[in-house]
Amino acid sequence: MKKRMQRYWWALISLVLFAPSLALAAGGGKMAPVVIVADTRKLDGLMAWWANLYNESHLQFMILTIIIIPVTGVIFGVLADIVMGWIGIDLKSRELAEH
Amino acid sequence: MDWLYILMPIAGVKIFWPGLIILGIGVGIIGGFFGMGGAWMVTPGLNILGFPMAFAIGTDIAHMAGKSLISTMRHGKFGNVDYKLGLIMLAGTVIGFEVGAQMVMWLERLGSVEKVVRWIYVGLLLFIAWTVFHDINKRRAKQKAAEARGEAVDALATGIEWHKTLHKIKIPPMVHLKVAGITCSAWLPIFVSFFTGWLAGILGIGGGLIRMPALIYLVGCPTHVAVGTDLFEVAISGLYGAATYTFKGRTELVAAMIMLVGAACGAQVGAVATKYIKGYGIRIMFGWAVIGCMVSILMKLVQPWLPAYKKALDIGATWLVLGLISVMSAYIFIKMVQGVKQELAMKQQKI
Repeated sequence: MKKRMQRYWWALISLVLFAPSLALAAGGGKMAPVVIVADTRKLDGLMAWWANLYNESHLQFMILTIIIIPVTGVIFGVLADIVMGWIGIDLKSRELAEH
Repeated sequence: MDWLYILMPIAGVKIFWPGLIILGIGVGIIGGFFGMGGAWMVTPGLNILGFPMAFAIGTDIAHMAGKSLISTMRHGKFGNVDYKLGLIMLAGTVIGFEVGAQMVMWLERLGSVEKVVRWIYVGLLLFIAWTVFHDINKRRAKQKAAEARGEAVDALATGIEWHKTLHKIKIPPMVHLKVAGITCSAWLPIFVSFFTGWLAGILGIGGGLIRMPALIYLVGCPTHVAVGTDLFEVAISGLYGAATYTFKGRTELVAAMIMLVGAACGAQVGAVATKYIKGYGIRIMFGWAVIGCMVSILMKLVQPWLPAYKKALDIGATWLVLGLISVMSAYIFIKMVQGVKQELAMKQQKI
């Protein structure tokens, strides 16, 4: 039974990870299968590096993006927590006022 | 004033960056407050700022993942996220979404499906708006009846009680959802998530707009838990969406990061505001947001019959959405500031 449950669990995780249309579940829509190349001529420094990374490898570009987004989210979230805590807002409890 | 514009490295367009921060703050507040991604608000906003549509969608999803994560963290600390319910529903959402998306492919082969889908969307939004306001009216009637008897209405009383009927179905396995405070058949959240996922798949939308009221009226979650749990799902699906859209080269991370600066503050404000606004206050505002969304879609749908007004209707729909973001986020922000002031005053009194 435990083995079977584990199998179901892995099947579920695989489905979540590999179901391509789930991208739409995040609010997406249809898009044209056109490959866009970034024009790096007007860019310099970090921006030029970023655009070059995009042109060279979409996979590396994707991996970096999905690491940067949650990390940035957590950093900003923690910063906002610190500011709100400093103001004096109780950020740990909330009375359930009604249903 | 060149410094107010930034060249986007991938899309190659110059964008007014303070506009991105303002948009981020607005949708951050609304998303954190209602528990939805808010793609219907962000995509037209980004499009107005100058992004091509495909980039608007990808960038919206990327910022949504970060923003929802921040909101989920905050709601989690308030005890508003039922992770067990979220994980159970994730399975149903994914499968339902796939079935819905496949169904659209099948319908496409039969003929023009787009218009039908848009009308279904309007019908669904109309039904959600009716449900929300019918629920509010029923609860007000209960409150009046209780006051007439000289009693106070139960704080946990609701207007519509469909979930109570659904909880009577006791098909095993039964699950106890501690945070939501309900015990029901596991099939109920699975079926509800499958249904909402299927609808989202057919309509090609995120689903927060459908899932949040479904969690309240069908599963029986308290409003705050519905908001928090829905955000948890949006965060997971948003991250996945960001990955696939980025792989297809349609995400402008620089824009998403600038939006995140605003959205991080906005999401915190929205989530903290739920602490000061009662459950039914959230439901009333949600009802108005649904009506706003419905009117903006209607303005696009009637264009074939009113070709002379096409441009005006297009501009009107966009400004309606942006106006709605501004008014609602301003209202939520004011309510939050009032709540904080009251809380701080009470703290000082205790000292």
